[in-house]
Order: sequence, then structure tokens, then C-alpha cells
Amino acid sequence: MDCVTTASPPARRLYRRPDRGLAGGVATGIAEHLGVSVWVVWIAFVALAFAGGLGVALYGAYLIVLPTAPDAGPGRFPTWLEYVAAGVAAVATVGIAATTFPANGLFLPALFASLGGALIWRQAAQPERARLRSVSRSIASDSTGWPGRVRLVAGAALVVGGGALVLAREDFTAVRDGFLAMVVTAVGLALLTGPWWIRMATQLSEERAERIRSQERADIAAHLHDSVLQTLALIQRNANSPREVARLARGQERTLRTLLYGNRTASGNFAAELRAAAGDVEDAYAVSVEVVIVGDAPLDDDLAALAAATREAMVNAAKHSGADAVSLYAELEPGLVSVFVKDRGVGFDVATVAGDRQGVRGSIIGRMERHGGKAQFRSAPGTGTEVELTLPRREG
Amino acid sequence: MTARVVLVDDHAMFRSGVKAELGTRLQVVGEAGGVSEAVAVIAETQPDVVLLDVHMSDGGGLAVIEAVRERLPDTRFLALSVSDAAEDVIALIRAGARGYVTKTISADELADAVARVAGGDAVFSPRLAGFVLDAFRDAPVAPSVDPEIDLLTPREREVLRLLARGYAYKEIASELFISIKTVETHASNVLRKLQLSNRHQLTRWAADRRML
Repeated sequence: MDCVTTASPPARRLYRRPDRGLAGGVATGIAEHLGVSVWVVWIAFVALAFAGGLGVALYGAYLIVLPTAPDAGPGRFPTWLEYVAAGVAAVATVGIAATTFPANGLFLPALFASLGGALIWRQAAQPERARLRSVSRSIASDSTGWPGRVRLVAGAALVVGGGALVLAREDFTAVRDGFLAMVVTAVGLALLTGPWWIRMATQLSEERAERIRSQERADIAAHLHDSVLQTLALIQRNANSPREVARLARGQERTLRTLLYGNRTASGNFAAELRAAAGDVEDAYAVSVEVVIVGDAPLDDDLAALAAATREAMVNAAKHSGADAVSLYAELEPGLVSVFVKDRGVGFDVATVAGDRQGVRGSIIGRMERHGGKAQFRSAPGTGTEVELTLPRREG
Repeated sequence: MTARVVLVDDHAMFRSGVKAELGTRLQVVGEAGGVSEAVAVIAETQPDVVLLDVHMSDGGGLAVIEAVRERLPDTRFLALSVSDAAEDVIALIRAGARGYVTKTISADELADAVARVAGGDAVFSPRLAGFVLDAFRDAPVAPSVDPEIDLLTPREREVLRLLARGYAYKEIASELFISIKTVETHASNVLRKLQLSNRHQLTRWAADRRML
């Protein structure tokens, strides 16, 4: 057992434990980290406090800089009590400072500054991340939440109050002293809280990145579940029907391609219309359609008619040829659009069949002629069929 | 003489499927599932034809061609892919692949294509023919430096169109009243133009169409 624990010591980090400690959990956290009694830490702090107040300053610094343990619950005391404690501590500190140091004239501004600092610290030391985020958001979104509003009002009041005090004195020594004190305080604050701000910034951006990643993962997972898994289930159930399996696989392939490579042609364009038609024919008749399209153009009435005639030609090939593959080739040239639908199926005698089959006459030949185009059939029994549709284009 | 073939594809299932289908018609002398493995196997077996997957998890067919081309100039490559991306396919052809077929090709057609590539000819699937027609479609905007390789002849265009329509070489020959050998010559010339052309439209065209 010992071997196990010594062989792989868990990587420990120094946290504070507001859920267990008395005053922010700094001593408890340090004691846990070092593996000594919490009393030892307390005694060390008290001893240092007598050495020119170093212990108190250190404690405060730890309080601000140390992160709360990730598994820590809410603090042991209600929130208002912590505010009161912070206020008392600030007043006491300022009081001690005012009596110790001779610069009595600075007492009131320093008191205000300390109170402001305590408020900021209160926001900063909040253990709950969610709350932190809502606070930082409230800065950006014109302080909608109550903590943000309170903080803004308090901060503004302190700044205005401090300024008014300094101006009311009209004493340049005091102004200079106040300015110096302010600079010193600002530098101290930056030193003390800098790491914390940096930490929060990185944490927030990490969280945002993670959120985006997990959202993408969820999207893809949802998509795979809806499409691929369903198709695989269907394929297993239809395993004894190769034609059905091929149809399912082909349809799924098309869907995945659209997902992976995006929509290649703008919808509402001729190429997209043809691809959609080819996909429908594949799905409906369990054939594969090899689509090759050169060029593209926005769909107008003529091109829509051509696409519809093409669809009909593919349906005919799928239904009557007996071939399991159909080739579709479309080319848009400046003055002419040509579409070829070819299969290697049974073929038919053009002279006897083409003219009187309703699908061919109405949906293909008639439609092409109405739009100024032409449909030609090349076929003979046993050689497959090729339908050629041509449409002159009015340039506009 | 049956062609000696190496299969390069990162899907073992696909390799064994192709091997089972081609085993009787071709001599599969090696297979590889990745770029470095492929380079080693090709160097060792020195095959006539390498069936090359365009996309692999550790790089692409392009890396294989570039690694092997210098040392084994006689080895020919046939790109085999589910990829639809024009620029990937064109990149492979420009690197020296003798053709491009999609993985949905039937075993007979694949064996035929390998034999054709082994003999030094070009293999155009309808899709590749479409890519090429599209790439050479627009008249060059700037005056062409070398019209010889920057433009297709009307005959080459006709051959490509028939290929795109799904015609076999034999059918093209009888359609155009030329010999199969002439069709093959046209196809090889088109391939050469595709490889040599510096038309920036070609690059731009390929970049514009992630897909076709």
C-alpha cells in the first residue's frame, strides 16, 4: 500500500479552503498542502504579524492570490458576514496605519481607498466561478446585475469623494502626498492582484474555447447519430438486399459529403439543382448516378425546365435500363447548355418507342422544345441509352 | 505480363477488398497503410504501378509520390480516392500521377485502369475529365506564355467531353472515327498539359473549388 502512495504522489496545488477555514481558509489550505497542523500555520502567521505586521500583509496577499480549491463548497459564513468582516478589517488596518504613521492628514482618503479595495477584493475573492463570470459580464453589459451596479456606484462615489477631499484642502503638500500615496497603492494593488487578473483572463478564454469545442463535438455527434448510425442500423436490417444496402450507403455518402465539404454550389443554381435531382433519383431507384458538371449559372425558367427534363431522363434510365449506374454530364458554355444522361442498360429501339411514351414525349421532348431546346435519343437494343439535351442560352 | 502492383491506403479493409478483387488479374506485391511504410515497400518491391490513396491519416499520396519519384522514375502512380476535392486530385496529377479513379470503380474497370497506367497511358475517370474541362474552360485572361500547353485542342476537348459523359476509350474511338491508340495519345497529351501548365487560372480554379 505504501509503495502505491509513494510511487505516484498526486500533483498537489496550493489552494485555499473557504469551506473549512475560519478567515478565508488560507491557513487551512497551506496546512493541507504542507501536511502540518493548521495550528502551526496560524502560530507562524501570528509570529510574523508581530514582526512589523508582515504576517497580516502575507495573509492578505495569500487571500487574494490563492485560488479556491476546485472541490470547495461555499464559504462557512453567510456572504453579508464576510462583507462586514472585510469592512472591519479595512477600518482596523487604516486605523492602525493612521495612528502608527505621522501622516494624519491622509487618514480619510486612505480609509475610502481601503474600503474601495475591500469591495474590489470582495468581488475578486468570490469562490463561485459562475458568479465571477456574471460579475465580469455585468461590467460589459452596462451593469445589469445587482453586484455590478452596487460596485459601480460605490467605486464612483469613492473616486468622486477622494477627489473632492483633495480639492477641498487646496493644500499642495497634501495633493502631492495624496498623489504619491495613490501611486504607491496602485502599484501595490497591481503587484498583489496582477496574477489574479491574469489567471482569470486565461481561465475565461480557456473556458470559452472549451465551450466552443464541446459544442462542435455535440453538433457532430448529433449529426452522426441522426444520419450515420441510423443508416448503419438500416443496413444491418437490410443485409440480405444488396440493392437496398447500396441505396442506403449511397444516400448516406451524399449526406456526409455535404457535411464535410460544405455546400459546393450555391443553391438556386443549375449545378445544385442537377445534383439534388441526381440524389433524388439515387434514393428512389437504388442506382448510382455519377455527376460531372462543368460550369454553373443561376437557375432561370429555361434552366429549371432543362433540369426537370434531365431528372426525367435519369428516372427513365433508372427505371427502364436495368443498369445500376447512370452517368450525368452537364456543361454550360457561353451560348449553349448541354446535358448528357447515359446508361449501359438494355437500350431500346428509338424509332418505335421514343415518340409515344408519355414520359419521354411530354416530360422531355415537349419540355425542351417549349424552351427552345432539343432532346435527342441515341439507343439500340443491348447497347445502352444516351439522352442528349441541348438548350441555347440567351446571354443576359 | 501482369502488372506488379502496390496498394497504399490507410484502410486495411479497403486494401484487402481490392486485393481480393484484383488478385487474379494483377500481381499485388505489397501494401502499405501510411506514407513512410509506403515509401519503404515501394523502394523494396519496385512495382510497375502504385495504387495510391489521396488522403491518409499521416499525410497524403502527394508525399509518397514526392518521396519516391526521384529514385524510381519508372514506377507509375494511379490515384484512387473517395475525395471529391478538385485541388487534391489536381495536385496529385501535377505531381506525376498518371490518372485518377474514384473508389466506387468496378473491379474490371480498376484492373483495366491499372493495366493502362502500367502501359504508360493516362486514365481519366469522368470526374477527372470534368475537372480538366473546367480548369481549361475559360479563355486565358492574360496572353498565354505557351499556348501549346495552356490550351486544349478541339480534339482533346472532344475526347475529354466523351470521357466525362462516361464513354470508354473504345467507344470514344468509334464515336470519333479514330483509333484507340489516338484516343490514348490525346488523353496522355491532356495529362501532360495539366502537369506542365503554369496557367495561374489552374491553381486559382483548383483553389476556388474545394469540391466538385
